[in-house]
This record gives sequence, C-alpha cells and structure tokens, in this order.
Amino acid sequence: MSKPSSLATIGSIRGDVVAAANTNEEQYVTFTVGNEEYGVSILSVREIRGWTPESRLPNLPDYVRGVINLRGIIIPIFDLRARFGGGTTEVTKRHVVVVVQVAERVRGILVDAISDILAISRDQIKSPPMIETGMVDSQYLSGLFTAENRMVTLLDVARLFAVETGDDEYSNQRALISDRPH
Amino acid sequence: MEDLQQFKQTYFDESGEFLAVAEAGLLRLAPGNVDLDEVNAIFRAVHSIKGGGGAFGFTELVAFAHEFETVMDGVRSSTVAVTAELVDTLIRANDVLAQLLTHAHDGTKPAPGFADPVVVALRRHAPLLADAAAESPASPSPSAAGAARPQTAARVVTVRFQPKADLLMSGNDPTYLLRALTHLGTAEIECDVGGLPTLAHLEPELLYLQWLVTLTTDARLADIQDVFEFVSDESLVQITDHGTAAVSRAPLTESPGGSPKIGATDLTPVTRGDLNTVAAAGAPPSQLTVYDSPAPAAAAEAKATPGKPSTAGEGGHPNLGNHTIRVDLDKIDRLVNMVGEMVITQAMVAEHVRDLPPGQFQELLEGLEQLAQHTRELRESVMSIRAQPVSSVFSRMPRLVRELGSETGKDVVLVTSGENTEVDKTVVENLVDPLTHMIRNSIDHGLETPEERIAAGKPRAGTVHLSAQHRSGRIVIEVADDGRGIDRPKVLQTAVRRGLVQPGVNLSDEEIDNLIFVPGFSTADKVSNISGRGVGMDVVRRNVSSLGGRIGVYSAPGQGSRFVLSLPLTLAVLDGMVISVGPERFVLPLTNIVESLRPKPADLHGLVNKCDVIMARGEYVRLVYLHQLFGIPGATGDATRGLVVLVETEDGGRLGLVVDEVLGQQQVVIKSLESNYRRLDGVAAATILGDGRVALILDVAGLQEMSQHARTPAPRQYTDASIQLSAL
Repeated sequence: MSKPSSLATIGSIRGDVVAAANTNEEQYVTFTVGNEEYGVSILSVREIRGWTPESRLPNLPDYVRGVINLRGIIIPIFDLRARFGGGTTEVTKRHVVVVVQVAERVRGILVDAISDILAISRDQIKSPPMIETGMVDSQYLSGLFTAENRMVTLLDVARLFAVETGDDEYSNQRALISDRPH
Repeated sequence: MEDLQQFKQTYFDESGEFLAVAEAGLLRLAPGNVDLDEVNAIFRAVHSIKGGGGAFGFTELVAFAHEFETVMDGVRSSTVAVTAELVDTLIRANDVLAQLLTHAHDGTKPAPGFADPVVVALRRHAPLLADAAAESPASPSPSAAGAARPQTAARVVTVRFQPKADLLMSGNDPTYLLRALTHLGTAEIECDVGGLPTLAHLEPELLYLQWLVTLTTDARLADIQDVFEFVSDESLVQITDHGTAAVSRAPLTESPGGSPKIGATDLTPVTRGDLNTVAAAGAPPSQLTVYDSPAPAAAAEAKATPGKPSTAGEGGHPNLGNHTIRVDLDKIDRLVNMVGEMVITQAMVAEHVRDLPPGQFQELLEGLEQLAQHTRELRESVMSIRAQPVSSVFSRMPRLVRELGSETGKDVVLVTSGENTEVDKTVVENLVDPLTHMIRNSIDHGLETPEERIAAGKPRAGTVHLSAQHRSGRIVIEVADDGRGIDRPKVLQTAVRRGLVQPGVNLSDEEIDNLIFVPGFSTADKVSNISGRGVGMDVVRRNVSSLGGRIGVYSAPGQGSRFVLSLPLTLAVLDGMVISVGPERFVLPLTNIVESLRPKPADLHGLVNKCDVIMARGEYVRLVYLHQLFGIPGATGDATRGLVVLVETEDGGRLGLVVDEVLGQQQVVIKSLESNYRRLDGVAAATILGDGRVALILDVAGLQEMSQHARTPAPRQYTDASIQLSAL
C-alpha cells in the first residue's frame, strides 16, 4: 500500500475527489492502529504529518496525548489506540498524525501508519452491528467497508473526540458571545 | 450585485461611525453651549446617512433622516433654539435613526409608525424654524417647498465655483453639482476655460475648469451651500446674493415660539468647587471631561456649566479619510499572528546560535542582534495598530449616566479622565460590559437621592468619576462615586439571609465589601430596571478574571466607594517566566511572581494534611507542588533541591509554587488553547517557545483553587515510555 505523507499527495488526491464527485463515491483515507484499519473522509483530512513530540496537558485521560504547535496554532493530539482501549501508543518516528478539521476546529489523531486511499460508494458501506461495550464507541462509527479481504471501520470525524475537545462548550460559548447585545 | 453589497456594507460601516459622531456631539450639546462646529458635524453626519440611504433606496430611513436633518439645519442657522427638550428629542431621533439603519441592514421592516412620536417631537421644533426665518419649512423636495413658501421674491445669486484640480480624484463630478443648482431655479452657467493648459501639459485626470453660475432663485443661501457640502474642502465656492428682496435671517430673540431661555438662573450641578474636589482626587483638571446628566425638570433648561472644558478635537469632528485608512480586522490579526511567528522563529535562531563557538561568527551574531531588535520593534508597532484609546468605551458612558440619572431621579455628574489611555482592541471591547455594570452599580446603589444628599450636607448632584491610566504594565480603570458607600451591616445581613455567610461569623470590613462579588448577591430592596437582578458584580468579576484582570472595591461609609479594575494591556503577549517541572516547561505570568527562592531544609515546616509551609517575607506561605497538582513524573519534587516561586493571586493570597528550575524570563505570544481544544484547570492559555514546542501558561488563581479543592491524586499517570518520548 502506498503511504502518502505529504500535503502535495493529498492535494492531488483531492483533485480526484472532485473528479469523482459526480458519482456516488466518497474517498476515505485509511490508516492502521495495530491490526485494525480505520478510515475517515478525505474531505476532513487537512494534512498528515510525522510524529513530533507533544506537550502534555495535566490531569486528562491517557488518550489525550497533549498539544502540538501546528504552524502557530495549538492543536490537541488524541491517541486513537488509547481511546479504543488498546493502551497508550509507544510512539516512534514512524508514527503519523492525521490532522483533521471539523468546522473551524483542528485536531490531530495519532495512528500507526497511513494505509490507503479508498473510493467507496455509499451502497458499499455496511452499517455496524450493535456493539454493547467493546473496543469502539459505537457513536463514532459511521459504517463498515470491506476492501479486498480486510475490514475497514469508517469513523465519524465530527463526533470523534468532539466531547473531549469541548466542541459543544465551544459552540455554546460562541452562541453566548453573539447573543450578547452590543 | 456583489459590488453593490460591498458598497452597502461600507455605507453601514460609515453610518455607524456617523451615528457615533452625532451622538457624541448631541451629548455635548446643551443650552448655552452650542458649538457651531459640533452642530455642523452632527448635521453632516445625519446628512451623509440620508444621502447614502437614498442611493440604496431606504425610503423610510431617508424620510426620517430628513426630519432630523431639518431640525439640525435649524440649529445650525440658529433658527431653532437649543433647549434641553430639543437635545432629548435629537438624541431620541439619533436612536431611531440607528434602529432604522439596523432594519435597513437586516432587510427587515420597522414596526409601522414606530418613528412617529419622534417625528412629531421633531416637527414641534421645526415650525419655529419656518416661522422665524419666514422661509422653507421642513419639506422633502424643493418643489414642495416652493408651494408652501410664502412671498419670498426670486432673486439673483451668483455662484463662483472653483474646484481644486484633483476634485475628480475623490469621485466628485462637477456636472452633478451644476445640475443640482439648476433644480433650485433658473441657472445660467458659464464655464471658464482660462485655466486649461496646452495639450502637451494637460493631465487628463485633473480638472482645469471653473464655473460662474447666475442663478435666479427663491432658494435659501443655505440650500445653495448644501449643494457644495461635499466638495467644500476641495473647492472654492463664492456665493453672492444680489437679490431684490434680500432675505435676512430673523434674529433669535424674535422667534415667535418663545425666546430661547439662555440665562443662568438656578444652576447648581457643577461648580468650580466640585470640579476641584474631583481634580484633587486624581487626574489633572486639564484632562477632565465633564458630562452632565439631565438634571431633572426645571434646572436642566438653564445650565451654563461653568468650568466645562472644551473637548474639541477629541474625535468629535469627523476628519474623514485623510490620515486614517480602514483595514479589515482579520488582516491585522493575520499580521499580528505572523509577527508572533516571527518572534518565535527569531527566538529559535537565537537559541541555536548561542551554542556556536564564541568569537568565530562575530558578524552573524551582530546581525542576529539587530534582527532581534527589529523584531521587537516590529512587534510593538504591530501591537500599537491594535491599540485603541479607551475613549471609545468611555464615550458610551455619558449616555448611560444620562439615562440612569433620569430613571432613578438622581442628579449625576460623570467626570472622566485618561480617556486617551491606549490598550489593545480586544481589551477595549471587553471593557464595555464590566464598565457598564460598575457604573450602573455606582448610580443605583452608591449614589443617594438628591434629598438624601442635601440632608447629608453633600452637593445635590452626585459625582461618578471614571478614570483610566497605565500602571506597571497594566491598565487600571477606576469607577469612583461620592455616594453613601457600601452599607456593610445590610450587605452582611443579606449575605447571611442568602446563606452565603454563616450567621455569627466575624468578617473584616474588606471581606464584607467583597461579598458583593459573590454570585447571587444583590442588596436592592426592590428589583429595579437597572440593577438588582443579582447578576451584576459577580458577572463582572468573572468576566474580568477571564481576561486576566482583577477587580477590587474600596469603600468608606458616607463618602463613597471606588471600584478598581486592572487588566493587561494586551491579550496577545505576556511577560512570563519559563519554569520547568520534570520534562515539561510552563510559563508563569510575571505579574504574579513575587520572588523565587531555594529554601533550606530548616525553612520547611510540615502542617496538617502533609501540607508544607515556608516562612517568606515575614509570613507563612503554603507550598504547592506543581508536579503533584499536574501529575507530572520525573520531577525532583523537593523544594530544597528545586525552587520555590512565590506567587501572588488576584485577591492578594500567596502561594509557594515548587518547581524544578527557573529557565528565564521571556515575552511570549499568547495562544488560545480553547480555539481547538478546551479550557483546563490551572491553565490560562498556551504559548510556543523558542524550540517550537508548546508550553502552557499557568493560571495562578486556578492553581490555588485546585490545590485547595482537589487534593485527590490526578487520574492520569504518565508511563515511562512517554516520558522518554516527550524528552526527544
């Protein structure tokens, strides 16, 4: 599998996305965490970068790795393995951070490696089975997809780490600010 | 369409400024204090709003602006007498105009007839104008005016119009002006081409022509002047009336609507004595600006405020365009961000260069030294772009005081000083709410009624003194009143009743005063329109501390109270001390730091609950171990081997923060943690250090709170592997 790791690659892929926009297809960036393969919509991926050491944030669950400086803005980094109960990732230089953007907010997801770019049409996505408690919080799942003989779990980026990131709090705050009479 | 939208936006932006100009001018307008320049400025503002509104087809707005303008024109030509009632009407008219603008902006329709009361009030003043001058009444168009106009004979007026050569550059077109003249009567227009250079020297963009217009008209001279209103700076206009029936303006005193009452009869509100008292309390008198609230009823009409200094040149006159440019705030913010990045990069380079062998790279080092200096200057310049005088906030307060004064029936004089003190725009914006609350509180709770004041041997009018000044890298804003002061027994009683304080607890005066900042506290006997909903001062304190500021109150019974608000000058940079705890580095705001020391083992004393204290500067200070509070492994965790940084919190409490090392002082650019993440306890914000890594800026008050409440072990434990990684 190719391993795109630069903006330029993503940029050219985005061109393909536009070309494919007419069909019912959407492109997903997939990555691995251990033996699992996950995918997120390519439209939410802002960039993919190599691991840089983070600064820790105090008194938070272990899947909140900390924050890094992304060209002047400070973004939180989440450990997907730890979030899904697989323990904290022991990072090496080969680990990558998938930087995703939801609305105006940017966050990074620490994964083992980028795996593939898949064009998936809507009807190929199967809904996930009911899960009680397991590796994955079901609210983060948007579906399952079979690529050749592997299963790819598609994640809902908007929900992923939304609570931890305080997205609700943020939008409430924004609402408060705009409500305030001038 | 796009373009039109853009013009519209510019129109609304400018109209907002015009409204502010008009309001500021109107607030200074008072019987006996009619500054013709101010009046002209107000007239121009309203006229401009009307003109632009017409271009976009906002008919209701235009119709109303016209009524407003007519009365202002009367004031301008002294045919409408300035009374307190008139000023009130005009201020209301300004409000209506603002609302109409909002409706126009949102594309909504105002409630039918909502402007009518004000229009009626305006018209009540307008007839005076018509009768007194025996001229055009308030009518929208010259033709309509002509019908209503009595026997004013047509006369001959010559207009010599000599535009400057660059008139066209400002988008003006003389043909429009000339055409406008022809609407006023019969015009003979001669063009003087004497100024035309030879073709070789002709600049196609310049205007070399002059005109002489002979106008046979019954229009007023002012109407003719109005045609040239917008080019008056860029041209010479001579209007000569050769008229048959020369119209002279009726002198003021003959106005049939009653002669304007300008005379000093029963005025008391402001006297020299009062002013001096205030001046003694703080600012030099030359900086004082005095605003009167409308003294209720009769006293208002005749108030020739002695000692009222002129505030001309303080932004009252719209000097439109010449020395300022309008820049989108986003652009400035991008610039500020970029400069922030540059400062970080510069610090990074400097850090690397420090490791070079000395003596070998002299020129490089000198160059970098210069770069550092330039960077610093660049940052200061950029920050000063965002700096604004607090006057933009202060100028809203006279209005508030005026309204509150008449609502509560109290005489209030607002004295402001230091309005030219500059702070960052974000700080200025965030000042409005706290200041409004503080002034409301002072007028509603602090000041007594006139009767009470006289009974207490005080001047009838209460004074609220609003001041701003820079003090040790912060802006300090004070709201002081000379009212009754905080009623401590009542405050305490209320606090006990509300369950905020246990009965029988002995509190110091200061502690009682500070109870007013406790959420849910309100002493108002009845809930008034102004305050008394119990969301006042606690909200103020919360807002203020979220900006890194503090607020305190000082009160003397019977003499008044003083609220002191201090805020950082900018919310973008901060002077900090970089400290390290284990592998992590943090920034402590310099303003919080008292000193740092390394105690000897004998200086440490154990208290109950494994709480350590040390003796510092004559008092025992509790130690807070940062590594415990934040759950950081690998720290020395020993005050005698690390350092104790003595910090002071907002309310003056002290803490000894135990850290590993103090790395040095540095100006840091404040970066929001919340824009992509969320607020964290004990953390005020984040910044980027010289090596590009993120460091958290500590919130000392938050740390204190954490150390008091959560003495439970932190939920997160770092694993050894991750420590090694973060040290990479």
